[in-house]
Amino acid sequence: MPTPIHNGVLSEKLQGVKIMKTSRSTPWFFLAPNVIVILLFTFIPIAINIYYAFTGGVNLYPNQRPGVGVENFSTLLECGSYFDPSSCRKDVFWQSIFNTAKYSFFQVTLMVLFSLITAVVLNRKIMGRGFWRGVFFYPVLLSPVVVALIWKWILQRDGLLNAAMVGIGSQPVLWLAEPGWAFFWVTFVSIWAHMGFYTLILLAGLQAIPADLYEAAQLDKASPWRSFSRVTLPLLLPNLMVVLVLALIKAVQTFDEVFVLTGGGPGSATTLVVQFIYQTGFVEPVRLYGIAAAGSLLLALALVALTLLQLRLSKADEMGERAK
Amino acid sequence: MKALNFLTRTRSGRSMDWTDWLSYSYLVMGLFLMFGPVLWLVMSSFKTESALNEFPPSFLPYGQKAIAVPGEEKMKPVYRVKMPDGTTKELAELRRIGLTATHVDPARPDDLVRVNVKDREPVREFKLATENYTDLGGKISFGTYLWNSVFITVIATILTLLFNSMAAFALSKYKFKGRTSVFLLILGTLMVPPAIVLVPNFLVVSELGMLNSLWGVIWPAIATPTGVFLLRQYMLTIPDELLDAARMDHASEWQIYWRIVLPLAAPALAVLAIFSVMWRWNDFLWPLIVLSKEEKFTLQLALNAFQGDLVTQWNYLLAMTVITLLPITIVFAFLQKYITQGIASAGVK
Repeated sequence: MPTPIHNGVLSEKLQGVKIMKTSRSTPWFFLAPNVIVILLFTFIPIAINIYYAFTGGVNLYPNQRPGVGVENFSTLLECGSYFDPSSCRKDVFWQSIFNTAKYSFFQVTLMVLFSLITAVVLNRKIMGRGFWRGVFFYPVLLSPVVVALIWKWILQRDGLLNAAMVGIGSQPVLWLAEPGWAFFWVTFVSIWAHMGFYTLILLAGLQAIPADLYEAAQLDKASPWRSFSRVTLPLLLPNLMVVLVLALIKAVQTFDEVFVLTGGGPGSATTLVVQFIYQTGFVEPVRLYGIAAAGSLLLALALVALTLLQLRLSKADEMGERAK
Repeated sequence: MKALNFLTRTRSGRSMDWTDWLSYSYLVMGLFLMFGPVLWLVMSSFKTESALNEFPPSFLPYGQKAIAVPGEEKMKPVYRVKMPDGTTKELAELRRIGLTATHVDPARPDDLVRVNVKDREPVREFKLATENYTDLGGKISFGTYLWNSVFITVIATILTLLFNSMAAFALSKYKFKGRTSVFLLILGTLMVPPAIVLVPNFLVVSELGMLNSLWGVIWPAIATPTGVFLLRQYMLTIPDELLDAARMDHASEWQIYWRIVLPLAAPALAVLAIFSVMWRWNDFLWPLIVLSKEEKFTLQLALNAFQGDLVTQWNYLLAMTVITLLPITIVFAFLQKYITQGIASAGVK
């Protein structure tokens, strides 16, 4: 048990104690387990991944892989026309890039829009705010597999949605078997699953806006829309930008829920980049680890760009905070 | 009118205006959209296989009423039968050949009634098909998957708490050369998404002999940068004087960590524990790669494998899905405040 100490005598005595007892290796003893795990499962793999990307063959062991230079990259990037995935040598890769771009654009913009609306509503003086916040946040905690199965059950041929379609006198639709609809539902489901997280962050941003600004707006008889567009939106903008980039970083890496919901199909209509990497490296009968590694390096490049963007934005955000 | 005024009064004391109505309609719509699908899943998981195949489906789980008939081993389904004299009776079906079914009143087992199947309809009653849950242990090796999931979640969380708090202790309570670089190194892994290092990590894990071993899922997951960051920020608020006092009492550095800092960091540890449980319980892509043998599957992998089967047994799949989301739901119901606060403060999930 620590004993109470009188300040004056203490500091002198302590200097001595510290030097006597803590040796230089002590912090490293505490750091070692965590750092070893990180080296083993993050930093060494990054190095191996770069090596893989420039070697070929189907052998997993690095010393049995022949160097091929940039061939893996040129295989991935060779295209007749960059606007037509079917003209590319790895057409599925390009299709997956197109899909990921399209998916990220719609998923992120719509999700941030709905998160913003939800956060604004939750920030009002409403009854049972904790409950309502929980309602929107709950799906965030569900596993991607569970999320996908919940919706697969609703969207299946004899499912709830088709019962409703028949109920209003329409024809049942094979929601996950038609490319357009499958893409719509993949986007919808991932918005459903993740928007609660971004709502929470935006809500924290809204609560930081001083209330007297709204009171001033009220005194000036500003309409609700005007006080939103002139007070809320400008002050929330930094948060909004950070959320936007954060959501984009996540969207580019999407795999789980889409994979379970559609398996990337029909055809390759909902195949995203991470699924391409997974399939090239772990599913195909001939496992082209080099191609998979090259693909993931390209993905990493995109993510680094996005992360740098985020760092710039959050720096701007911090400066904004200070200015406030 | 007074009652309406009372009901529509808001927290600020004024009456509801159109923006309030809009807000509440939005929230109620959200309630349906966010909770509805989960509720539908839970309801469906209590339906029998035949009830699941009904179209259009009913909201509550209904099943055909069954009754015991003297001299018969199995329970017999009950039908409402139109009798030749025009009355209707509830009778049990003994057997059916072609279009003719033989029915009997269990009270009078000797009076057989033969009717055309057009002249009868099944009697339905509210019935929870709990066998979807109780059969799980026998039909599929559910117990194994549950154990694998629990093992990974519990062990990985304990190791995460231990490793991360040790690192956070070193980073917050010692001054040493290289401290900033190590901290940045650890935080830097935030920017390395698992999808990027799938292939080489597979090599590392297989070289360590951990393919198809639960440890192959546990080890790569435990050094979470989020945990180190969260704990370090919290430990910085613990006054150094406490540590120095303990040193004067000849406490070893390990004792200081274990007996003083760790108990004082309990709130932050609790938040990290909640997060870790959710992360590991919900993990999918990495276990999918490491664990390919069925007896090593976690619940998430088993769910994925079963939904991909050609003949999906939805009644079992739904029950298993409900069990998989149950622990997370319970954690959330009780610890919502900590989870939402933790996310708002750390900005991670």
